[in-house]
Amino acid sequence: MIDISSQTEAALAAIATAETLDALEAQRLDALGKKGWVSLALKTLGGMSPEERTAAAPAIQSARASIAEALDAKKAALEAAALEEQLARETVDLTLPAVAAPKGSVHPVSQVMDELAEIFADLGFAVATGPEIEDDWHNFTALNMDETHPARAMHDTFYFPDRTPGGPASSSEAVGQQEREILLRTHTSPVQIRSMLAQGAPIRIIAPGRVYRSDSDATHTPMFHQVEGLVIDRDIHLGHLKWTLETFFKAFFEREDITLRLRPSYFPFTEPSVEVDVGYSTEGGRRVVGGHGDAPGHAWMELGGSGMVNRRVLEFAGVDADEYQGFAFGLGIDRIAMLKYGMNDLRAFFDGDPRWLAHYGFSPFDQPTLSAGVGARA
Amino acid sequence: MKFALTWLKDYLDTTASVAEICDALNAIGLEVEGVEDPAEKLAGFRIAHVLTAARHPDADKLQVLTVDTGDGQPLQVVCGAPNARAGMKGVLGLPGAVVPANGMVLRKSAIRGVESNGMMCSTRELELGEDHDGIIELPDDAPVGTAFADYHGSDPVIEVAVTPNRPDCMGVYGIARDLAAKGLGTLKPVPMPAFSASGACSVEIRTDDPDGCPAFYGRVVTGVKNGPSPDWLQARLKSAGQRPISLLVDLTNYLMLGFGRPAHAYDLAKLQGAVVARRAKDGEEVLALNEKTYTLDAEMMVIADDKGVHDIAGIMGGEHSGVSETTTDVLLEIAYFDPARIGATGRKLGLSSDARTRFERGVDPEFLDQGLDLLTGLIVDLAGGTPSEAVHAGSPPKAAKIVAFDPALTTRLGGVEVPEGEQKRILESLGFTVGADWQVTCPLRRHDIEGPADLVEEVVRIHGLDKVASVALPRVEGVARPTATPQQKLERGLRRAAAASGLNEAVTWSFLPTWAAEHFGSDQPLWVLANPISEDMKAMRPSLLPGLLMAAKRNADRGAAASRLFEIGRRYFRGSNGLSDEKPTLGIVLAGEKAQRGWQSGKAKPFDAYDAKALALQLLEAAGAPVANLMVMGEAGAQFHPGQSATLRLGPKVVLARFGMVHPATLKAFDADGPIAAVELFLDAIPAKKGAAFARPGFTPPALQAVTRDFAFLVPATLAAGDLVRAVQGADKAAITGVRVFDVFAGQGVPEGHKSIAVEVTLQPGDTSFKDADIKAIAEKIVAAATKVGGELRG
Repeated sequence: MIDISSQTEAALAAIATAETLDALEAQRLDALGKKGWVSLALKTLGGMSPEERTAAAPAIQSARASIAEALDAKKAALEAAALEEQLARETVDLTLPAVAAPKGSVHPVSQVMDELAEIFADLGFAVATGPEIEDDWHNFTALNMDETHPARAMHDTFYFPDRTPGGPASSSEAVGQQEREILLRTHTSPVQIRSMLAQGAPIRIIAPGRVYRSDSDATHTPMFHQVEGLVIDRDIHLGHLKWTLETFFKAFFEREDITLRLRPSYFPFTEPSVEVDVGYSTEGGRRVVGGHGDAPGHAWMELGGSGMVNRRVLEFAGVDADEYQGFAFGLGIDRIAMLKYGMNDLRAFFDGDPRWLAHYGFSPFDQPTLSAGVGARA
Repeated sequence: MKFALTWLKDYLDTTASVAEICDALNAIGLEVEGVEDPAEKLAGFRIAHVLTAARHPDADKLQVLTVDTGDGQPLQVVCGAPNARAGMKGVLGLPGAVVPANGMVLRKSAIRGVESNGMMCSTRELELGEDHDGIIELPDDAPVGTAFADYHGSDPVIEVAVTPNRPDCMGVYGIARDLAAKGLGTLKPVPMPAFSASGACSVEIRTDDPDGCPAFYGRVVTGVKNGPSPDWLQARLKSAGQRPISLLVDLTNYLMLGFGRPAHAYDLAKLQGAVVARRAKDGEEVLALNEKTYTLDAEMMVIADDKGVHDIAGIMGGEHSGVSETTTDVLLEIAYFDPARIGATGRKLGLSSDARTRFERGVDPEFLDQGLDLLTGLIVDLAGGTPSEAVHAGSPPKAAKIVAFDPALTTRLGGVEVPEGEQKRILESLGFTVGADWQVTCPLRRHDIEGPADLVEEVVRIHGLDKVASVALPRVEGVARPTATPQQKLERGLRRAAAASGLNEAVTWSFLPTWAAEHFGSDQPLWVLANPISEDMKAMRPSLLPGLLMAAKRNADRGAAASRLFEIGRRYFRGSNGLSDEKPTLGIVLAGEKAQRGWQSGKAKPFDAYDAKALALQLLEAAGAPVANLMVMGEAGAQFHPGQSATLRLGPKVVLARFGMVHPATLKAFDADGPIAAVELFLDAIPAKKGAAFARPGFTPPALQAVTRDFAFLVPATLAAGDLVRAVQGADKAAITGVRVFDVFAGQGVPEGHKSIAVEVTLQPGDTSFKDADIKAIAEKIVAAATKVGGELRG
């Protein structure tokens, strides 16, 4: 007869000191395996009288239970230790650099064009386009600058040696049977003519795009961006022009204290013609749009030209000038982009330097929307 | 236009301050570009009385003065001027004053050991003249202690930008008239000096070109004495930025600047026979006053006599017959020229002048006789001489424009209510005559008035544009409707997709050096500018890649590790109508290191053609192109590596994109270090999205799981993997939903001239699961299809 209690004690001690799962399994087999001493001891109970069995059974069963429990506990402990060791082994130095996907950017000119489109869409303006290689009829003549007009000379025009073949450039034009000079458009205004010829009045459009002047210095580049605005309808007057520009600038600069000053000026394609100034102050060496230009610490800055569309222009564009009238304006996109986002060098716009593009460019997710605000803050 | 305030006040009776005048000028459309007040430079200079003058103890040429500056306490000043003496009055610069001529700040100092508390000044030091022989001597009654600026009189110079429609304001008098209309004062009559003419003009004057020169008036003045102009006249001209030359020349300039009326004076001694305005002869030459010789043609006009040409009419006088110091007899010319002819001549000759600017914009046809008399009177006054009677050849245009005006138009167009009486007052003060029923007669000098809108402008600009109130544009009901065209939406979306792919958007010039444009050119002739700003900006780009390549090169030169640039813009071609055909395009250049060397990745990696392919497909997909149907074909262009570039086509002819590695020869031409990958997407070729509805075709993810099977084929080394994939894909269109190449291998175990391509084929069961027999059948079809393109199943 074996001594259950000392056997159990020995087994529990061996389990407690087992260092591996294999060693633990050996202990299980030794005690609880088919031929283990506990199993064998249990089998002996079958050959006993009830009285003997009652006397012997509890010790054996208790030995089985305590050994099984010790095995389970030890197994869990060994597994936990193994996992802990594995995790320790797998530890990495997370101060080492990770490689992120490269960050792209949207050019400020594009961003501002999107902002313009968004603001003006809310005012009912569609975006119109036209060719950059233009003919002199659309760029000058139809805008009331005939061949001899002195203003033509002031435009620093880039010309091509080519001429258009004779005949109208579009089927809706009654005029222009002769050859035309071909040039790079000096302003976005020819899009006015093309849009009116194509769709007539009433019309509300903006036309952003590249324009070209033979001019290059610190603040002028031979290529730059303008946006044209045109509203032709019945009963449109200078007051509507002022409101439209005020409303646009308020939305664009996201401030309510925008003050505009209209000054008489001269453009052949508008009558009356109006220069638009905006009040600004200087903070930290930067111009900040807002406030009244005559207020202390403030001044006026020219933002663009505008006026009531000259009836001759309407006539050239096939619009009944007795029934319709309206206004047009032109603004420098690069300029208002610089004012809003703080760039100071126009030439850098066209250099393609990734450092500049990353600094002044915009995340693709800064899509201007009216609900989220058209401006992207730094 | 620049002019001194005193000059303006010759014509305008006003008490307005300079600031008020400038505000008014801005308000009426005569933009003030600057105000310069010479008196501001005289701050700190005071009238002083020299009480005593004694020899400096240590210097022969210096004197020690005591001067009274009106403060009671006389100051000691050391002075080197020979004319400094006791009793005289002069100008003292006090410590702190800045000497205008040299910017020196005066300080209390010791000169050779003697204390000096300021400096007595010469006219040159104060920039009031050229005299530097001694200090300024003021009259005895000059008030001691008064600021010299106040005594000398402040005469600020105002510079105004005159718009080309207002030649009548290219003279001070015209500006005075506009200011008077604005209520800044009263316009004085033109000051006409009296003189008496005697005898007929000794020279015959004629116009043989009445279209170009409808009127030529003149007069001879004999016995004049030319020489330097008096100080006041010199000062006037200088304020206007004109260099004084001689009295006779200066007076013609004075007439031009004061009244916008160019005139010319010929030296009578150098003329011979009749003086005639006529068309130039082709090839005729003239040496002009700027000492350049101009060759003329018959569209141009000259003033000539029997000897030859003396004047490019309306633009510039001739060197030969110009007046000089020795001139005693002059012929004065006042003419009216056709503005268009003057402009055309000036443009053709590339010759600008103050006279041309005024004639081509239109001078006042009513100011010929008056201008001639004014000039004559001034000459007689200042240079003496005897004037003849005036002679008149031809006559200037006299027909005044009459505009039927409706004062209500001011509100309708200008958006501001101006009472009719005020409108009438404004127009009349500008020289218009308002007749019954608002028939408005325009002064002939106002060439810019074409119709009622111009009169609205006159009324509104004088009344005040600041009185125009903002009025909201009528709004379309409801929320804003979409206004972008499909092309605009495409470009906006692609721009953000490209930026989200890690590319920086650049904007590069539309023009290129001709060589660069030609390098990327097609068989079409390029658009090349006739008057480029430089050789580097001459030809319109036929591709977006040259500009981006040049940017990448600049970046590399600046030490950038990588350039990932894209641009959306136009390429410029020729359309069938002779006009331009501008094609919207997206260009990408990937230069430098795709991945920098790293602790995980090892060495730096350059971009390869598959980076370009991935971007091309990704962006085409973003643009809505059916990328699954695209064919990869050759002919990306000579600028690309022939073995590492391709086009993506929808059908054999429609090229949506080209991509690949830039050709080494191109890199060399652009002096750029490779390898560089590039992509061009041709946005006009991308088919527009079909279907107007928002709803998409119905779809439910398949209930049964897809299975994959791998196949390895031995194929000829020249077979394109795409051909094998397409063949496999087509083996069972219903079941095969994906074919993916996962291994390409050549070398050990693969016969010479062959390669092994392994593909994973995805099979999607429909309503019932595949049985073994189904899969076996599909596999057989796949192997058969591969065999057709030269593939052999590897065992």
